[in-house]
Amino acid sequence: MLLLPPNFTKEIIAYCLDGLPNEACGLLAGKQVDNKAILEEDDSSEITLHWYPTRNDAASAKVYTVNPLDYMKADRDAESKGMQIIGVFHSHTHTDPYPSPTDVAQAPDPNWHYVLVSLKYEIAAVRSYRIKEGKISEEIIVSQNSYNY
Amino acid sequence: MSVEVRLPTLLRPHVGGNSSLEVEGNTVGQVIDQMVSIYPDLEGQIITPNGDLHKFINIYLNDDDIRYLDKLDTKLNAGDTISILPAVAGGL
Repeated sequence: MLLLPPNFTKEIIAYCLDGLPNEACGLLAGKQVDNKAILEEDDSSEITLHWYPTRNDAASAKVYTVNPLDYMKADRDAESKGMQIIGVFHSHTHTDPYPSPTDVAQAPDPNWHYVLVSLKYEIAAVRSYRIKEGKISEEIIVSQNSYNY
Repeated sequence: MSVEVRLPTLLRPHVGGNSSLEVEGNTVGQVIDQMVSIYPDLEGQIITPNGDLHKFINIYLNDDDIRYLDKLDTKLNAGDTISILPAVAGGL
């Protein structure tokens, strides 16, 4: 399960639309929580509290590469605020919101959330996945109206 | 000298869960070697068997990518911070 602030989905869709015709990308930051009432038994023990825009160094409609300096700055900022990077999002400009073989092959961290924003259709679609040892599993996205963290 | 090394979440389980370490070394390569000697699970995670920086890893010395400096031979100064980051990419 991926826990998001209520405005997050709207914000990243707008950001990805701004990035057209290229794929857009960014990072998710959050923190560990201990709330058995909302967490399932899987390993989703983080809530997302912030997202960071990052440049797509590939500048392509088909592939993305998170600018490493943007990543480093996001990582430092997140750490300074008691958070850590917990995932990445990117847009698929002409395909469905499902990880491509390249997404799977290059997934850097099995503990991250991989959020895809598909701009293929008139209405953008957002999905989140875990990618571990090459296996893809979709996770539900829960929009939390309020956080006490 | 001792410098701060910041680690991504991916590597933290290999170093006791630490997000950063203080490590001795005069070059980036020496610091990596020292880390691997202390935490053997890091073997092969950052440096390839050929001794090169892994293609899916980026290392920054302060705000500079060491690939554009002297790579693993990049010299360190007191107070420097090394950041190790996985390359994040994908697409069609």
